Order: sequence, then C-alpha cells, then structure tokens
Amino acid sequence: MTEKEATARDEAPQPTRPSPSGRQNPNDTVDGAGAAVQVAAPASPLTVLGRAAGTIWSVPKARVGLILLAVFLLAAVFAPLLAPYAPTDNTFGRAEGGSAAHPLGTTTAGEDVLSQLIYGSRVSVLVGFVAGFGATLIAVLLGMSWGYTRGFAADVINFFVNLFLVIPGLPLMIVLAAYLQGGGLAMIIFVVVITGWAWGARVLRSQTQSLRSRDFITAAQFSGESSFRIVFREILPNMTSLITGSFFGAATAAILAESGLSFLGLGNTAMVSWGSMLFWAQNSNAILTGQWVLLFAPGLCIALLATSLTLINFGVDGLSNPRLREGKGR
Amino acid sequence: MRYVLRKIGLLLLTLWAAVTLNFFLPRMMPGSPTDAAIAKLAQNGPVSPATRAAIEAQLGVPTGNIGDQYVTYLGNVLTLDFGVSYTFFPQSVSELVLTALPWTLVMVGVVTIVAFVLGTLLGVLAAWKRGTFLDSLPTLTGTFTSAFPYFWTALLLLFFLGYVLQWFPTSGAYSARATPNLSLEFIADAAYHAVLPAVTILITSLGGWILGMRNTMINTLGDDYVTFAEANGLAPRAVALKYAARNAILPNLTGFGLALGGVVGGSLLVERVFNYPGVGYLLYNAVTNQDFPLMQALFLMITVSVLVANFIVDVLYGYLDPRTRR
Repeated sequence: MTEKEATARDEAPQPTRPSPSGRQNPNDTVDGAGAAVQVAAPASPLTVLGRAAGTIWSVPKARVGLILLAVFLLAAVFAPLLAPYAPTDNTFGRAEGGSAAHPLGTTTAGEDVLSQLIYGSRVSVLVGFVAGFGATLIAVLLGMSWGYTRGFAADVINFFVNLFLVIPGLPLMIVLAAYLQGGGLAMIIFVVVITGWAWGARVLRSQTQSLRSRDFITAAQFSGESSFRIVFREILPNMTSLITGSFFGAATAAILAESGLSFLGLGNTAMVSWGSMLFWAQNSNAILTGQWVLLFAPGLCIALLATSLTLINFGVDGLSNPRLREGKGR
Repeated sequence: MRYVLRKIGLLLLTLWAAVTLNFFLPRMMPGSPTDAAIAKLAQNGPVSPATRAAIEAQLGVPTGNIGDQYVTYLGNVLTLDFGVSYTFFPQSVSELVLTALPWTLVMVGVVTIVAFVLGTLLGVLAAWKRGTFLDSLPTLTGTFTSAFPYFWTALLLLFFLGYVLQWFPTSGAYSARATPNLSLEFIADAAYHAVLPAVTILITSLGGWILGMRNTMINTLGDDYVTFAEANGLAPRAVALKYAARNAILPNLTGFGLALGGVVGGSLLVERVFNYPGVGYLLYNAVTNQDFPLMQALFLMITVSVLVANFIVDVLYGYLDPRTRR
C-alpha cells in the first residue's frame, strides 16, 4: 500500500505537489522507494515489506530474535502434536524428577512439566500478539490524530495520555483484575490494552508533529484532502517502522504483564500458562522441595520470548535510525 | 518560576484526575464490597437483611446520590480518611498504609537511584566503546535481563541465595525478634533483609537504563558539536562526559520519571515473593481478601507517589534544559 501511494502521488498530474525526493529525510523508506519508482517499474507492496524484512534480517541481533520467536510460534501452534501429554493430565506420579517418560519431571499435582511448558506458550504468544495489536491500534489512532490537531483538542488528549503514561500500570492492572474477577484471558488482554497504549501514542504523536509541516502534507492540504485521509493515508505510511516498533514494545509489555497477573493468581489459575505454572510452583512450595525446574523453566521461557521481541526491535530501530545500525560508529 | 507554577497546576489537575478515576473505578465495576463481605459471611449460614444493613453501616458504605458521595470522598481523601480495612478490621486503612509506605519508599527509592546511576554510566561506556566487547557485554546482558519477569528473578534469588546457599534471609523486612526503631543495629538488620528484594529490582531494571542511555548517546555522538570538540583536540574522556553524555542524559531523565511507575509495579511482585511488608505486599493481601477500601487507598497512594516523583523530575528537567521551559 505504501508503494502504491507513493507511485500514485508521483505519477498523478499534480503541479502543486513538489517531488518528494531530496526533501524528506533521505532514510525514509517510502521516499527512497518513491524516488526509485520514477526510473524503475512500480514495485509491489510485497517488495517493500520484503525489503524491510531484509533490513531487519541483516541485523544479527534481530535475526536471533526472529528465529527464537519462530520457535515459540511453532510450539504454540503445534502444541497438541509436540506435547507428549495433555497439560492438565494429572494421573502421573507427584513431584517426580526428570526421567525418560517425563524429561522435566512432574508437578506436585502430578502433571507433566514439559507438556505444560509447551501448552503454556499458547497463552503468552496469544496475549502478546492480541494485546500488542490492540494497544498499537489505539496508539496509532489516538497518537496520530493528536499529533495532527492543534489547540484545545490536542491539549485534552495530551492530558489523558500523560495521565495514562504516569499512572503505574501493574497496580492499576491488579486493581482492575480484582474487580473483574473470573474474566479469564479476555479480561487480561483488555486490561493490558487499557494500560499499555500511552507510550506508543506519545512516540507516534511526536513523529506526526514533525511530519505535518512537510511540503507533501501542505500540498495535500491545499488540494483539499480531508484531515482523516491526510493523517492515515499520507502520514501513516511514513511511520511503518515506528508503528512496528511500538507493536513489539507493547507485545513485550503484555507478555510480562500477563505472566505477572497469573503469577499473583489474578488470572484464571486453572488455565495452563507460564505465569500460572509459577503461581502453582510458589503455592506448592517448590522452593522447599527443591523442584528448581518448576521455578526455572517457565520464567526462562517468558524471558526468552520477551527477549526475542526486544531483539527484533533492534532491527526495526535500524530501519528508522541508521545511526543505530550495527557496526562501528566511530 | 512561571514554568514551575504551570507544572504545579498540571500536577494538581493530574492528581484530581487520578483521585476521580479512583472514585469511579469501583462504581463502574460489577459487584460491591458489601456483596464480597456478605459472600464471606454466607459461607457460615444465611445472611439476613438486617445483617446486611449492619455491615454497610460498619464498613461505612457511602449513601446518597453520586454527587454527594463524590464530595464526601474528596473531603475524605484530603483528610487521609480512607475508612476501615475489611481484612484487618478494625484497623484504619490510613494506619496500615502509613506503616507499609516507608519500607517500600526506602527500599525502592535507593535501588532506583542506584540502578539509574549505574545503568547510565554503563550506557555511556557502551556507546563510547561502540562495537567492542565493552559495548556488547552490557548491551546484550541488559537486553536479556530486562526481559526477566520481576517475580521470576525474585524466585531464583530466593531459591539459590536464600535456600540453597542461605546467605540472606528469605522473607520479611527485619528479624522476628527485633522491633522497628532507629538504632544502628536495627537499620543494619533491615538492610540485610532488603538485599535480596533490592538486588532483584536492580537486575531487572538495569538493562533499560543501559539501552536507553546508549541509544541517545549514540545519537549525540554523531552531532556536529561533538565532532567539533573532538577536532579541537579535547581529551576523549572530556568529550564523552562533558559534551555527549551531558546532553544525552536529558531524555533519559524523562525516562527515569516514567520508569518509576514500572519499578513500583515490579516491586509489588518482588514484595509478594519475599513477603516484604511494603505497599506491594499489602496491596496483594488487599486484593486476595477483596479488601476494597484498602485496595483503593493503596492504589491512590502508589499513583500519587509516582505523580509527585514525575513532577520533581519534570521541574529538574526544566532547569537542566532551558529549552523545555518555553
């Protein structure tokens, strides 16, 4: 879509609109592509995505992140095939050590730890993606409208975003979760979205503010385009890397938040997730019985999944800020 | 001065919004505190309407229309009167909160400052030595440890340093025999108990400071005035600290204010693991016992602390960077 926009703008007979090349930030993906279009055949949106993915892949840290994330995604999707037992099957011996039948042992309730670990990835992956998407959507809608409007409306949004930015997220989450008892996964996602959008909104707003005074926006305003169209069709394509970045940021926060709530027993404790595994481990005094696998494994999975998203974000950073790309800076 | 006055105005407005949010939250939610208390009683037998009225009177459940309730509530907040706790009946909520607050404030406060200073210095070092071992070690370790869930780090330290090696006490804020006072002996005892929770927060929050400082520092290092200073033949250390880091620390300072909320949230999970008697542990108890007045007051207290800390950071920022005072 980004590419089509650029192409349409370049080829349409619009004398008022100055050629974008050389005016915008030269690192801008759209701009670079737009300039290329004038000489070469129009590239498809897939090519643009492919190019962005290529840039991310070229950063070694991001490559490690993508591979890690792929492993967790596969585990989540194919959990029934990969897990040796059902996660809630508690017919095995209690608190067993590792063996051929149970590589990571069993819980104090007699469930297979490895199976729980594999099934647990489903909750974290789902919460990360759904809540990350929800929070990013609100951040895009609110942050970008906020960056484009001036005057009283902008001040009001400013106040609300600052309020949500400053109010500590986890305590608010805990209080909300206490009121909305028994909501399960949907409740957790809702709460994470409510508390997780403000940071992205603020980042997107400042970028919108800097873009709104560019020439191509002024041109669009003079040609009578609606504000909505300008914000979401003209400005938005220039911010792909920021939006992707805030998605990964929000997803990481969501995964950590969900595991924290589950650990406190505020999620659905009957549902097998990495957080609830740790809740039960703590509840059944795994520390005293020395079942360190129960304490170690679920937390490590949470940390690895969150790290994989942060690592991918290093690559996304490189898209928007070449100074942060790998290599010797000085 | 005008800058400070405007910031004070904004702080008061934000405080009011937080208090109002706290007022409407329970009223927008399904279920009521009285229902929760009655559900508890109902486990022992049927509850009569008279009992219900008695409970409402005793718990101080607000009556009248919502406008009157709101005015009464504002008055109560101003006089720090949050009613009585359900769990620790008949102790007042304010009393409970005030006993728990110093533990969290001191422990989290000290750790946050240590983490900020240490992380910022490591970030400066990483940016300056970019591409070398001194960059990749703190950056990669920081990326990994900042993804650690607070409670998991806490559990691991508790397991290895507390139970297996038995180097540190595993729960509480002071020895069972001691009574809180300001003697050196007691302070040493309290500090010893605070080591594990503090180290947990340090490990999990350090990475954020390192990465944040490194990123802004790399940007300032590419700026013209830094190149100019270097070309003038200034010592590299002076360029790094007096030119680049001095400017790069400003955005990080805003981050410091905002990250406080996260640290407070994280300390809540840590306090739960170590049974550390701070606000976080109290909030956990309030939530599991459906002690709504206590819960509300604690949430308000945590929010107000973070708001005030942010206000201080904001004012400080205005003095360090006059451009923001416009």
